[in-house]
Amino acid sequence: MTELRYLAPSSLDEAIGAFAAAGSAARILAGGTDLLVQMRSGVLKPGLIVDIKKIAEMTAIEETADGGFHIGAAASGMALAEHARFGKVWPGVLEAVNLIGSKQVQGRASAGGNLCNGSPAGDSVPAMVAAGAIVTVQGPNGRRQMKVEDVPAGPGRTNLLPGEILVSFTLPPRPKGSSDAYLRMIPRTEMDIAVVGVGVSLTLKDGVCTAARIGLGAVAPTVLLVEAAANALIGSKLDDAALNAAAAACSAACRPIDDKRGTITYRTKVAGVLLKRTTAIAAKRAQEN
Amino acid sequence: MNVVTNNKWIGQRTIRPDGVDKVTGRAAFAADTNMPGMIWGKVLRSPHPHARIKSIDTSKAEALPGVKAVVTARDIVDFPVDKSVMLGIQDMRWMCRNVMAREKALFPGHPIAAVAATSEAIAAKACELIEVDYEVLPWAIEIDDAIKPDAPILHESLKFEGKPSNIAGRLEVKKGDVAEGFKQAEVVVERTFTTRPVHQGYIEPHACLVSVAADNKTTIWSSSQGQFMVRAMTAYLTGFPQSDIRAIPAEIGGGFGGKTIVYLEPLATLLAKKSGRPVKMVMTREEVMRATGPTSGSKSTVKIGAKKDGTIVAAQGTFYLQAGALPGSPIRGAVGCSFSPYDIPHVLSVGFDVLSNRSKVAAYRAPGAPIGAYAVECVLDELAEALKMDPLELRLKNAAKQGTKAAHGPVFPRIGYIETLEAAKAHPHYTAPLGKLQGRGVASGFWFNAGGESSAQVNITEDGNVVVTTGHPDIGGSRAAIANICAELLGIDYRRVSVLIGDTATVGFSNLTGGSRVLFASAMVVTQSTDKIIATLKERAAKIWEIDPEAVKWENGAAHPASPNAGEFPPLTLAELAAKAPAMGGPIGAGVQLNTEGAEGGFGTHICDVEVDTELGIVRVIRYTAVQDVGRAVHPSYVEGQMQGGVAQGIGWALNEEYIYRKDGKVDNPGFLDYRMPVCSDLPMLDTVMVEVPNPKHPQGVKGVGEVPLVPVMAAVANAVHNALGKRFYALPMSPPKVLEELEG
Repeated sequence: MTELRYLAPSSLDEAIGAFAAAGSAARILAGGTDLLVQMRSGVLKPGLIVDIKKIAEMTAIEETADGGFHIGAAASGMALAEHARFGKVWPGVLEAVNLIGSKQVQGRASAGGNLCNGSPAGDSVPAMVAAGAIVTVQGPNGRRQMKVEDVPAGPGRTNLLPGEILVSFTLPPRPKGSSDAYLRMIPRTEMDIAVVGVGVSLTLKDGVCTAARIGLGAVAPTVLLVEAAANALIGSKLDDAALNAAAAACSAACRPIDDKRGTITYRTKVAGVLLKRTTAIAAKRAQEN
Repeated sequence: MNVVTNNKWIGQRTIRPDGVDKVTGRAAFAADTNMPGMIWGKVLRSPHPHARIKSIDTSKAEALPGVKAVVTARDIVDFPVDKSVMLGIQDMRWMCRNVMAREKALFPGHPIAAVAATSEAIAAKACELIEVDYEVLPWAIEIDDAIKPDAPILHESLKFEGKPSNIAGRLEVKKGDVAEGFKQAEVVVERTFTTRPVHQGYIEPHACLVSVAADNKTTIWSSSQGQFMVRAMTAYLTGFPQSDIRAIPAEIGGGFGGKTIVYLEPLATLLAKKSGRPVKMVMTREEVMRATGPTSGSKSTVKIGAKKDGTIVAAQGTFYLQAGALPGSPIRGAVGCSFSPYDIPHVLSVGFDVLSNRSKVAAYRAPGAPIGAYAVECVLDELAEALKMDPLELRLKNAAKQGTKAAHGPVFPRIGYIETLEAAKAHPHYTAPLGKLQGRGVASGFWFNAGGESSAQVNITEDGNVVVTTGHPDIGGSRAAIANICAELLGIDYRRVSVLIGDTATVGFSNLTGGSRVLFASAMVVTQSTDKIIATLKERAAKIWEIDPEAVKWENGAAHPASPNAGEFPPLTLAELAAKAPAMGGPIGAGVQLNTEGAEGGFGTHICDVEVDTELGIVRVIRYTAVQDVGRAVHPSYVEGQMQGGVAQGIGWALNEEYIYRKDGKVDNPGFLDYRMPVCSDLPMLDTVMVEVPNPKHPQGVKGVGEVPLVPVMAAVANAVHNALGKRFYALPMSPPKVLEELEG
């Protein structure tokens, strides 16, 4: 029988050392809400599990002096929800993170795990992409930073190098008139996986959209940053013509598959519908900021 | 509501006896049982939808350290395919091939062999080491593929119209002359509907622990809807005499019909016998989804004709139901129940049992009836529209009542169908305003209900309390209801009555929990047992008072002189008489065993409101009211619970639940993530209206209530969607991609 080792180091260096040494047999355990499911179903049989929750930096949530945020990769959805400020500044990211699994799962599930699981349907990822989050990763060769949209490489795969661990997300400071939102299409109302997910982050000045970023999930092998859709919104008053153009850009960006969760036609259509709805929510929030 | 109000406990929402154990996690379900020396059983399952098994080599598995036993079909009693051996409604020649593939593997997930080893991991590894030589055969999953002329045949020995066929059976119900009837019709609606197989979705996977002693004395702990069913089926399939098997019912984490047959118990028994060790087996959710249940998928055509005034003159239904890989789909429910709510002079209802390469269906809450009602009640909605009649008025005009000869045979006694229609019509829900893209639908439904064998023993303890033992697993609150009844009859506080479910060695034969029979049947035997006890108590009081037993009455938990003429004596309480028992003839107790009769069918009428998101194709149920003739609600909370549970399951069936198949014939969504049953937030509060028309043939007026509530739901939802969109859907589930496709197309 395969032996499984479990480590819960208290320092990042120790974690990286063990993780890198074990090679491809090792897996990082943050909340475990994907890892344990995959192990139980027999998809994964790791030889080493490195639990990163004992490392302080991994679970920290910190608002920086300039108004940005550092979020530890293993900070749980519930910890983010309970943070006094985070949800006010990044309501879209928070609502996306809080859609990972059920209430019980929220006590464990993390944005870092959601990103590194590599699923194109991960709920927090489109919101993080829209937010323009930068991730810090650390490996045997030290630290580096990546754009969040550059992390996924395909279903179940990331662009992290061997031995690298995702450490934290950095979200930029928000100009006045900014907000974000995330919506997903699921057949049920919860406990489901996105058939399409859309994250929108934007800034309004005197009713005109001056900045926008759009993340689109579950419609391609990786979560997409849809710049054409953002460009359709930027400079507009979010009128119907701009929204229709952005929706069309989202649909055009889709490269989905037919699977048990949705058809190509359905996903393509819904991407546009959700773009409009998500933008409306983000705009309403932005006007209140 | 015509509730009898002079009852103290019947009709009260008493605390259920099993409640504390369940909310504190103390209740022992099948997988909670362990034994010293216990080992683990695992099943090797077919990866193919259809394959001849040329050989099975278990030698490498047997050689693996830690493996204690391996069994294959060779170890199971063979029931030849040409001779039917019935056990209840199950045919053992199919059951023996369902628990273990014999000549062929018939669906992906079909058991091929079972292994017992010292750990689950070793057992799983041993399964991988079993070498099976398969000859892969062409296969068919869907009804149309299974009944076309060149379809791959699952069982060569089964013939339909003289030729080998996947149609394993035909059932017909006929009343009058349907051709003649349609000649009289002025408006006729005929439509074809399809539904997908849906799983019962019980939370607790199948599990058992079996210990076989050196002398073959066998003990089975398992999760089932009938410990006697477990005993009998295991005996048939292993060759053990029933007297050697003691089947102990664990608390059950849901069944809905799906636990009325065995899967693991015979395998664990044979593994335990071979290994000499207790063997535990617990299915994974994936195994449950691939290899157990579900109920049938279907294709139904229903034609109904009426006069312009709304009088229905003729009705015809043809129902193709999927059996899965072995015969036995619930065509009886579809054929027999669909038209029963209506007084129709000419009816022809025909069902076909269709085999295909998917797991064998199991009973699911009013088996077959929801499938039939979906087609019939949707056609009635179209008929009402064509006649410009209110859909409840159309049903009222044609409603079955006392004296109506039902299409399926019997003449109805006093039934409560009309009362459900009237209650629905009068309910504020029916006339509440609707918003944009919202719609309202109604539908009715019928289920036979059942009686059958039941045994009970009622004993008075030395301190004057009561222990009742019955033989049906409690799946819907039956212990709580029995406590209410027994306390009512004895005139004592219900908390003084303990109700237990006996095992096969400690209580007499009781048929399984199914058919909505349990409270009907067990209340009868408990009532008769309690009446006997009361007679004994009165006799003993009479003896003490030296008066005639007829001069004693039993009231408020004590014997009293029946009238002043009998003399003046202080009452003798149950506790006092119990204390005197040793000196007065010994222990006080009584048992009764009956094949109960007089179960009457149940009717329900439902109102459903939906709102449709036309951009995403999402249908949300926003209000739901279920009205049902419940006979007598002995414990109203659990009657309401049954009604709500049935509705929730029906909404899942209507909107999202389906097995999705891959191109290789395997189920692609064998888990609750992608097999989408509704979660709480998907549903509004499900309102219930209990109409009480007591069953005249039952001491407490009980009618079965557990299955009727699923019957009308899919039609009610579909009719509401039509009302919202002006479009009709003839296929379930009405899932978002399909709704959007229909709206765009």
